[in-house]
Amino acid sequence: MANEPRIENDLEADLHTEHQILNMGPSHPATHGTAKFVIELDGETIIDLDLQVGYLHRGFEKECESGSWYQCIPYTDRLNYNSAILCNVGFCMAVEKLLSIETPERCQWLRVLASELSRLGDHLTRCGAACLELQAMTPFLYGIEARELCWDLQEILCGARVTSNYIRIGGVKHDMPPSFPRAAREIIGKIRVLLADFDAVVTQNRIFVDRLKGTGVISREDCIRYAVTGPVLRSAGVPLDLRKDEPYLTYAELDFDVPVGEVGDNYDRYLVCVEEMHQSLRIIEQCLAKLENQAPGPVNVDDRRVRWPAKGRVFNQMEELIQQFKSVTEGPQVPAGEGYFAIESANGELGFYLVSDGSAVPYKVRCRPPSLLNIAPLPLMVRGAMLADLIPTFDFLNMIGGECDR
Amino acid sequence: MEDHGSPLLRRLLDHHAGAVRATHARLGDATALVDKDRLVEVMRFLRDDPELRFEMLTDLTCVDYLGETPRFEMVYHLYSVAKNHRLRIKARVPEEACEIDTLCPVWASANWMEREVWDLYGVRFTGHPDLRRLLLYEEFQGHPLRKDYPKERRQPLVGPNN
Repeated sequence: MANEPRIENDLEADLHTEHQILNMGPSHPATHGTAKFVIELDGETIIDLDLQVGYLHRGFEKECESGSWYQCIPYTDRLNYNSAILCNVGFCMAVEKLLSIETPERCQWLRVLASELSRLGDHLTRCGAACLELQAMTPFLYGIEARELCWDLQEILCGARVTSNYIRIGGVKHDMPPSFPRAAREIIGKIRVLLADFDAVVTQNRIFVDRLKGTGVISREDCIRYAVTGPVLRSAGVPLDLRKDEPYLTYAELDFDVPVGEVGDNYDRYLVCVEEMHQSLRIIEQCLAKLENQAPGPVNVDDRRVRWPAKGRVFNQMEELIQQFKSVTEGPQVPAGEGYFAIESANGELGFYLVSDGSAVPYKVRCRPPSLLNIAPLPLMVRGAMLADLIPTFDFLNMIGGECDR
Repeated sequence: MEDHGSPLLRRLLDHHAGAVRATHARLGDATALVDKDRLVEVMRFLRDDPELRFEMLTDLTCVDYLGETPRFEMVYHLYSVAKNHRLRIKARVPEEACEIDTLCPVWASANWMEREVWDLYGVRFTGHPDLRRLLLYEEFQGHPLRKDYPKERRQPLVGPNN
């Protein structure tokens, strides 16, 4: 009697069931990134999800519209605590576009070096913290130890660990110190060991693989519809990387690969990030070799609109003194116009759309935040999944509150 | 209308010359200012045209040109993954009828970015499925990125005790 309903079903029909609304966050111990999830649950299955962001909104764009162009740079540091230098680079290159400035070659190599260091730190946090939130403390500590080493290098390079403020409009703060290449090579070796340890504990770990494989899947088409970029897009099989597709700085001269995934699940995202870290290390080594073999040259553009004249000239020449006075009191004046410039940050396309009215104060500073656009399709990725799958999915999207909420 | 040597602008002008109000390609960014009432039609063309294929709406924002009419300018940055090219589309929105058609049916990424523009600039999007504030909270008064919103304005405290 195939058509006769089973007795258990009858019993279940009498039971009163209803969907439950669960509030998770905004500060939840199992998420890195401050966002509130309002989840509609049927048992443990996610029916729908409303993701609410904005808890770290601090008026980045409004603040930028009230200072000089230079005063925006420290704010860009705070966009992403993991990869401040990438945000510096994005903003400064957008301003340079408005000014039609080409930076000296040595400056470009230094920027690439610093960018990749930043990217490495960002990916280490993403992978490490994701493990932590899946209850794996040890790999998290490996990741954070490696990130500390990255930040040590950043400190040698620019004097600060997190809020680097290293990039200047038309240059960098200063050339790398002579001790840097040796320290960098030593630290790269240590990071490689830590990455190998990380890999040994995590990549083939049955629990980790089971939690990640087949969860949080997003298709290539959905990624593009939602303007998802960075490792998340690449994990879905689209080899889009602005370092290759719209090469800026000296990326065209560098030898590195762009890893892509196949299915676009969390495991692919993890593998893509790990491979990108190895590629970043490769790029850093190439930059070091290039910088060491190069005769020290200028790291700042010789353009009085944006960089101060050399002190010797300021003290001896009237023109230069006036120029320095104007630079300090007013800041650079950027020609009127609009421009959009995007770089490949650790999370994806980090773009700046700037409008200048010709004065020393920006008229509009729009930051195109990769985090915001990457997390927007989250409901799509977890609908029908178990509540527990939300954690790794959100982790591997790597929402950075500072950049998402600005 | 001139295409400034950009094949993208040429293609757009060949098919929708009537909708384009102005063009420029300064600093290498091909840009077209289009009629706000024909925005969705133009955008659909840009997305579906086999030569242009702008599958991705990368960025969407607004600029407040206080003192000009129309006051607001919507700025859309399009990117083609297949063709690796970019185009900027702009449309002016007047202050009195501060409203423009939504692009949600064309690109899903428009949803959150339009909510952000509504939140910070107070431009409404006709036909948007869920036009809530994105970054600020419901009780927030005004739209802070408007140029006439003073930076130091205090907002009333909200919460269960207020």
